Amino acid sequence: MAQVTLNAVRKIYPNGVEALEPCSFTINDGELAVLVGPSGCGKSTLLRMVAGLEEISEGDLSIGDRIVNDVDPADRNIAMVFQNYALYPHMSVAQNMGYGLKNRGMSKAEIRAKVREASDMLNLTEFLDRRPSQLSGGQRQRVAMGRAIVREPDLFLFDEPLSNLDAKLRNQMRIEIRALQRRLATTAMYVTHDQIEAMTMADRIIVLNDGKIEQIGTPNEIYEHPASTFVASFMGAPPMNLLQGIAGGGKVTLGSDQDVLHTGTEGNDGPVQAGIRPEDVWPDPQGDLAFDVDIIEELGALRLLHGRVAGQDFSVAVPKDKEATTGLMQLSVKPGAVHLFDADTGRRL
Amino acid sequence: MKRAAFGHIGFPILLLIPQIAIIGIFFYWPAGYAVHSSFFLQDPFGFTSTYVGMDNYTRLATSSNYLDAAKFTLIFTILVTFFALAIALLLAVKADKVIRGAKSYRTLLMWVYAIAPPVAGLMGVMLFDQSRGNITQLLGMMGIEYRLGVNYWDTASAMISVSIWKQIPVNFIFFLSGLQAIPRSVREAAMIDNRSGTARFWDITFPLLAPTGFFLLIINITYSLFDTFGIVDTIVKSEPGNNPMTLVYRVFVDGFRGGDLGGSSAQSVVLMVLVLVLTIVQFRFLERRIHYT
Amino acid sequence: MADITETGVQTATATNTATNTATAAAPTRPKKRIKWETVGDHAVLIAGALLMLVPVYMILASSTHEDILIHREGLQFFFGDDGLENYNAALFEYGGFTNSVNGVTMLVNSMILGFGFAIGKIVVGMMAAYAIVYFRLRFATFAFWMIFTTLLLPLEVRILPSYEVIQQMNLANTYTGLILPLIASATATFFFRQFFRSIPEELVEAARIDGAGPVKFFIDILVPLSRTMIAAMFIIMFVFGWNQYLWPTLITTDESLFTLVRGIRQIMQAYADGSSTPEYGEAAALAIIAMTPPVLIVIFFQNWFVKGLTESDK
Ligand SMILES: Nc1ncnc2c1ncn2[C@@H]1O[C@H](COP(=O)(O)OP(=O)(O)OP(=O)(O)O)[C@@H](O)[C@H]1O
Ligand SMILES: [Mg+2]
Repeated sequence: MAQVTLNAVRKIYPNGVEALEPCSFTINDGELAVLVGPSGCGKSTLLRMVAGLEEISEGDLSIGDRIVNDVDPADRNIAMVFQNYALYPHMSVAQNMGYGLKNRGMSKAEIRAKVREASDMLNLTEFLDRRPSQLSGGQRQRVAMGRAIVREPDLFLFDEPLSNLDAKLRNQMRIEIRALQRRLATTAMYVTHDQIEAMTMADRIIVLNDGKIEQIGTPNEIYEHPASTFVASFMGAPPMNLLQGIAGGGKVTLGSDQDVLHTGTEGNDGPVQAGIRPEDVWPDPQGDLAFDVDIIEELGALRLLHGRVAGQDFSVAVPKDKEATTGLMQLSVKPGAVHLFDADTGRRL
Repeated sequence: MKRAAFGHIGFPILLLIPQIAIIGIFFYWPAGYAVHSSFFLQDPFGFTSTYVGMDNYTRLATSSNYLDAAKFTLIFTILVTFFALAIALLLAVKADKVIRGAKSYRTLLMWVYAIAPPVAGLMGVMLFDQSRGNITQLLGMMGIEYRLGVNYWDTASAMISVSIWKQIPVNFIFFLSGLQAIPRSVREAAMIDNRSGTARFWDITFPLLAPTGFFLLIINITYSLFDTFGIVDTIVKSEPGNNPMTLVYRVFVDGFRGGDLGGSSAQSVVLMVLVLVLTIVQFRFLERRIHYT
Repeated sequence: MADITETGVQTATATNTATNTATAAAPTRPKKRIKWETVGDHAVLIAGALLMLVPVYMILASSTHEDILIHREGLQFFFGDDGLENYNAALFEYGGFTNSVNGVTMLVNSMILGFGFAIGKIVVGMMAAYAIVYFRLRFATFAFWMIFTTLLLPLEVRILPSYEVIQQMNLANTYTGLILPLIASATATFFFRQFFRSIPEELVEAARIDGAGPVKFFIDILVPLSRTMIAAMFIIMFVFGWNQYLWPTLITTDESLFTLVRGIRQIMQAYADGSSTPEYGEAAALAIIAMTPPVLIVIFFQNWFVKGLTESDK
């Protein structure tokens, strides 16, 4: 068991691309940290540096209490689950799982016992003699998990392990992986670009954007106190509405004088971006925000109304039992639900 | 055949006619001719021929010249195939590993593909020449007497070296593309599982390269058997004498120099059967590979 | 479980705020080691590249020297100043028994063989592959086997009977007799069959719905789709045709039909005669001329070439 510490770790690829700006954080023992961010933001780069598959350009990485910058991947006592599973096509399921153990000089009987145990845990026992090509996508995913588990590593690394599965299986595996990680109490880093996966699985979320850490926090913190407009619009579905306005005197004026958000501005007078989650507003004839609805989107449990407020795009989520029509309506805003961001930098105020 | 294939009859036949005609006239006819002539003995002037049954074949089986050529061909094929594959594999593994200059190395290691075997043979002759060859001189300095065209195995080693040299690029290209077809993540998974690069190579890379290797094995055998004709011919300077000779060269020598149509045809038939066996092995393998992908 | 050391909001700018107990405890980290392994990899590759390069370089250097020097000392490592003379002789001096052939004639003949062979093979092969893959033919399997039996049987195996057949057809010493028998194997057909089979089924279906018949489909869709494949195949076949040796040797006795590679044989025979000092310089120049066009094509179009080679499985 181990904690992972990055100290000003930076990555510059040989072609000059700075995939990761210097970043520092600690993942605690037994914690599951999710790295989330849009495609190309450097998630895999970070994970692969922790695995030792990619050289660290600057900074120190430690797993447990040793610096592992120059430690061979095989000696870091980690296990990794790859997006395409990376199973050895010429080996049976049992051999796939046992290969790492064999290389550590474990006895055959011991390997067999461990493989057995892991395969029981993952319902793979009947497939032990099959080749990966004879398995379904979900089963392959389990084998990849099994290969990681048998090693009893200090650290699990997952690089979008569920993205090749269908939606239903993905939900199921998400829960299983989470439960398994809790039970084994092994530290884990989990890369995904799916914010639902991030919210549901993480003890802590690390939001990356363009090689920079935007925010680190629990799912709740990320949701309630997004550190930037990027985090605000990336985490949460449907995404947070962002409105341009001028703050001053306990309110934010959006366009004309009639469109006003009442909120504490704490002295941040001047141009701002105001963020409001679609679920934090509701239709209310007494409300003071005028909303012009263009489109109604049925999501089953929810209904999404898309339109404009003060000439800017805006969405509202309403429960399915509330009637809704296109055209003008008034909205009320949940008290304290307005997030203010710097108009230029997008940072939280 | 495609599921939504066209149902026409005349058009596809028209499309097939050139191929079938060319193969019929220039492949099946000569092949049949070879089988036919292998049962006849022609008089030296080619006017009459008499049916002699299996005589031409039994003559081959007892001809020490032919058996020598067969023995040499076997040794030649084994050595050329082994070394051309081994050297190319080593180079491909290294070329696949390096990041800097990978493209330049590929170019530098493959361009010899385009050199014709007799041109390669000519270079061999000049390098190994008994009196002025640079390699001969080098060997002489090391106290080794090297006599191309005089000493049987000296001549053979020149043939073998040149043939290996000429075949490395093809093998290199195939091995490199085979290596590059192995998913990066599989190798990375192996890096996490095993510290030793050598062990990873034999446990993971080599088995995954086996299909390419098997395919190349067949290619190299046919290369050694047939495509080396130009090398052999230039190195013996078209004067076989007592020099080592491959089976194909023997077909040529007996047929065109010796005027022995029957014997030469029988040799052709033997070679055709040999190649046919290889083709079948190859073909089953190819079909199997298609199903995998 | 989720013991949060950094509470609240942490931003990217605050990069050095993390608790670094572990890093502080272990300040010395081994210096970055020189990667001897990588150095070794490069050494092996350079050795391999030199193995390929040096012999050809020596021929090139020697092609600029006098015959007598090479006769005395073997191939040269440095360039001399008889290059112009040697290449001039190799290209423009008429030679042979009948004095009817020079380097330029041979170059032209090599071109004709290379182009004729490559184009013929591709056209015939594509047509046959199209018929086999895209039509419901009752004898398709038979045609398939008939064609693919030829896959690995090179001309060399049936050389004498082929020669007899060409003689009987009065095609000796003609370009037709030179090129057609070489085309009689299925490599290109097999290659295009593989490629056509990899083209999605939906394409024919869509084309048929759009009202394209077999001719239109072939010309408007299949040929444009195969462009890269055709280029790749062309390079391979051109080099193969250019480098032919045995068959041209047998079938062209008329010196005006000699190709460059065939011309090498004349050099060797002069070499073997040993009557006078062989024209080493000129021979080296001719060898360089004979290898230059295919080598350049392979180098310049190497991406297509490699693709064609590895995807066809020959
Ligand atoms: N080997 C490499 N050489 C140069 N640049 C690279 C290399 N690998 C990745 N990059 C670049 O680094 C950046 C981050 O890549 P990375 O693979 O970490 O993204 P990611 O967040 O995992 O994206 P995705 O969600 O698409 O997997 C990208 O801009 C990418 O183009
Ligand atoms: Mg990634």
